[in-house]
Amino acid sequence: MADIAATTAGRRWHKPPFIKNPKLRWGLYTGAAVYFILASYSILAEVNWLRVYEGLPRGAKFIGGFFPPFPFSNILETGQFEELAAQRLIDISDGLVESLTMTVTSTVIGILISIPIGLGAARNIAPLPVYLICRGIIAVSRSFQEIIIAIFCVAMFGFGPFAGVVTLSFATIGFLSKLLAEEIESMDPGQAEAIRATGSRWPQWIVYGVQPQVMPRLIGLSLYRLDINFRESSVVGIVGAGGIGSTLLTAFDRYEYSTAASILLIIIGIVFLAEYSSGKIRARLQ
Amino acid sequence: MPVRSEAGLKVWQRRDRNKQLRIWGGWFAGILVFVFCWQIISGETTWFFVWDSPRVAADISSRMWPPRWGYIYKIWDPLLDTINIATLGTVLALFMAVPVAFLAARNTTPNAYFIRPAALFIIVSSRSINSLIWALLLVSIIGPGVFAGTIAIALRSIGFCAKLLYEAIEEIDHTQVEAIEATGASRWQIMAYGIVPQIMPAFAGITVFRWDINIRESTVLGLVGAGGIGLQLNASMNILAWPQVTLILLAILVTVLFSEWVSAKVRGAII
Repeated sequence: MADIAATTAGRRWHKPPFIKNPKLRWGLYTGAAVYFILASYSILAEVNWLRVYEGLPRGAKFIGGFFPPFPFSNILETGQFEELAAQRLIDISDGLVESLTMTVTSTVIGILISIPIGLGAARNIAPLPVYLICRGIIAVSRSFQEIIIAIFCVAMFGFGPFAGVVTLSFATIGFLSKLLAEEIESMDPGQAEAIRATGSRWPQWIVYGVQPQVMPRLIGLSLYRLDINFRESSVVGIVGAGGIGSTLLTAFDRYEYSTAASILLIIIGIVFLAEYSSGKIRARLQ
Repeated sequence: MPVRSEAGLKVWQRRDRNKQLRIWGGWFAGILVFVFCWQIISGETTWFFVWDSPRVAADISSRMWPPRWGYIYKIWDPLLDTINIATLGTVLALFMAVPVAFLAARNTTPNAYFIRPAALFIIVSSRSINSLIWALLLVSIIGPGVFAGTIAIALRSIGFCAKLLYEAIEEIDHTQVEAIEATGASRWQIMAYGIVPQIMPAFAGITVFRWDINIRESTVLGLVGAGGIGLQLNASMNILAWPQVTLILLAILVTVLFSEWVSAKVRGAII
């Protein structure tokens, strides 16, 4: 006992490092440092600082656009509600209605298609060929960004919200079927077997044995996807697939920062509301 | 147990009548909303183009194949730019997300009535605005280029990282913090020795997860002029060079799969 105390007395305690192996730790640190210096250099060398400097007043104008946002700023400046401002307000509300309808339609269509695909992609209820096909569809839908799919949809279906609906439905399928399939794969086999044992046919087995187990999760995921689809519907408009995104793009192109600010505030408000209420509903279901 | 009698026999039902009616009412309202929305969409659609789309799709796909492999020498640099945007954007975001997360977590916030709501507002606004919109805004303010893309990715990631991080902070084991407190440690020492070691695995996981998402998002930032491979994609589309588009899409696919693989490996090693 005595010599342990003697040997440890003079040493200080140190916090154990996050990565235990010292060679790996220092190797990672130096590698990261070298990479960051090179990468920052490559990015900063390309920056046109004069252009950034010129842009600063515009940035200030954008932030100023929030106080107060568009319809109010116009009333404050001119003392009245101009015809042009009314037109702009109509543009905003049109874009918003389009975004919201696109969100609802694409979520419903997406759910309807993703339920059979989700069933097919669950290994414990689908035969192997069906499983592989369904997993393939999911993989394709998940690997490309909504915006890239939107570009192709616009090329195929022309400008307008229909292209957006197809894009968002397609993206919904990848998300929802994958998570639904995982939920089905981790369900309790006992309940499903009990229904089987009563002599049920396949559809009855799905409705009474599988569906009650995954329903709360499916509703939760659908609400979550509704949320995501609204957010994405504000973006697909940038490539011409309808929604509030095209209104926003026009506002930025014309340097109408107070209009852009009010659109952004509306988006933030709706997303916040949707997130809050879907959180409440999900908490009640589980 | 809900039972319906049918010619003197008791038949089992899953729900009683009132509950069944309520469920049907809910479905009915839902279908009404859907039909209403669909009518708005279909009113704004030119159906001629939609019926024509199979022909257009066949036409485009016949032009897209085979990919123009020679073009690959021109996309190495933009691909590297894309990865740089994602990585530096993630790092920048983390620098800003960590303080926001500590201000937003219920157990570490200095003031639950003013500072916490402000931090939550930062998180919500950063999360609800897509990185393409941030990029659109920044391109219009500081000019097109990789720099705008990096800042856009960073601004977008703050909310995501801060949200997951503050949830991790709220879930820590309080007894460890108390043990450090009992030694007479200061506020910062409690943070460094009681809280940080507990959230470190979550932090590393969130970083890699977000990096993976950022790679995906930075591939399309170029569409609005914010640098990366999207610039080439946009340019090729504008001149209708479909074989180049195919090659770029393949390159994006490989990059995304690579980043997903890296992120899965690293997260597997941490957890």
